[in-house]
Amino acid sequence: MSDIRAYEQPGEAGFGDYVQLLKPRVMSLVVFTALVGLLVAPVSVHPVIAFASILFIALGAGASGALNMWWDADIDAVMRRTKSRPVPSGKVQAGEALAVGLALSGIAVVMLGLAANWLAAGLLAFTIFFYAVIYSMWLKRSTPQNIVIGGAAGAFPPMIGWACATGSISVESLLMFALIFMWTPPHFWALALFMKDDYSNAGVPMLTVTHGRKATRTHILVYTLLLIPVALGAGFTSIGGPIYLAASVALNGWFLLGAWRIWRRDEAMAEADGYAVEKSVFRFSLSYLFLHFGAFLAEAALRPYGMGGW
Amino acid sequence: MAFPPEHEIHRRRFGRNVGIAVTLALFIVLVFALTVVKVTRGDPMQAFDHSVRPELAVEEGQ
Repeated sequence: MSDIRAYEQPGEAGFGDYVQLLKPRVMSLVVFTALVGLLVAPVSVHPVIAFASILFIALGAGASGALNMWWDADIDAVMRRTKSRPVPSGKVQAGEALAVGLALSGIAVVMLGLAANWLAAGLLAFTIFFYAVIYSMWLKRSTPQNIVIGGAAGAFPPMIGWACATGSISVESLLMFALIFMWTPPHFWALALFMKDDYSNAGVPMLTVTHGRKATRTHILVYTLLLIPVALGAGFTSIGGPIYLAASVALNGWFLLGAWRIWRRDEAMAEADGYAVEKSVFRFSLSYLFLHFGAFLAEAALRPYGMGGW
Repeated sequence: MAFPPEHEIHRRRFGRNVGIAVTLALFIVLVFALTVVKVTRGDPMQAFDHSVRPELAVEEGQ
């Protein structure tokens, strides 16, 4: 008998479905920030080692994404934004996601240790642990501060990139970490404001659900105010310079204006224009981060010509 | 006798196998490149190998 249906498995995934498990869009941010961390470091790295390091950092980030999809399959199935992911859509079995996540985590950490150094590998291992266990398994469903503390997982890549080059941790790498760490809450809370029912339907205690939308608007403004000194402070270290500082002043001014406009609005005003301000601040926050790290890169690129840095 | 038409699931499995093959091939190339870089970047190295090497002897006063 040659009827294929006789042995067809329920979750017969294509290669692309496994790639989707690794959250390629999140990975692009990880690759960019890790690359900047590596390139702005005062130690030059051989291009092959730099390429391999960034690849394994990205692989580690992808592995933690697969572990997150394995653990969160139940709530991903409820939320509009996530229900087409490979596990809730039935393309990949949850156990497969776990296996892929664990295998790739091991490969990424060991290979980064061999390619670069074991401090970088240790930081990568901690990042995967932090995202999969501390954030996904513990904080996400238990506290409205999930985004605040969990943001650390996304903030480690530039620090790992820096560690790949220098084999150490320094003020500069800590400030790059702090920049992403402080940026994450206003970025995600702006998203939570206009993804109205998603988080409450899934029972995730986002600030919008536990403390209300007015409190979330206040939190966005307060965290933006806390972000500004971190962003500007990085400009006075060895990775900063006039270009970075000028860009940072402009970007922070614009971001603060957006946060202030969000804070001034109430739900009626937001409903009336379809959350236009919240959506524009969310979109701008992505550019905010890319442009800050782009400015770090510009300073480093111009330094050999006597123009970048202080 | 005509071959039965190919089922969609076979195409998907083929795509998956090709994807894994390409990934593994690239991984091998990467490990090879890393090895070459790591080995060739090392300083000139020599050690005791049962023959006299004056340049390995510790100079007096050191």
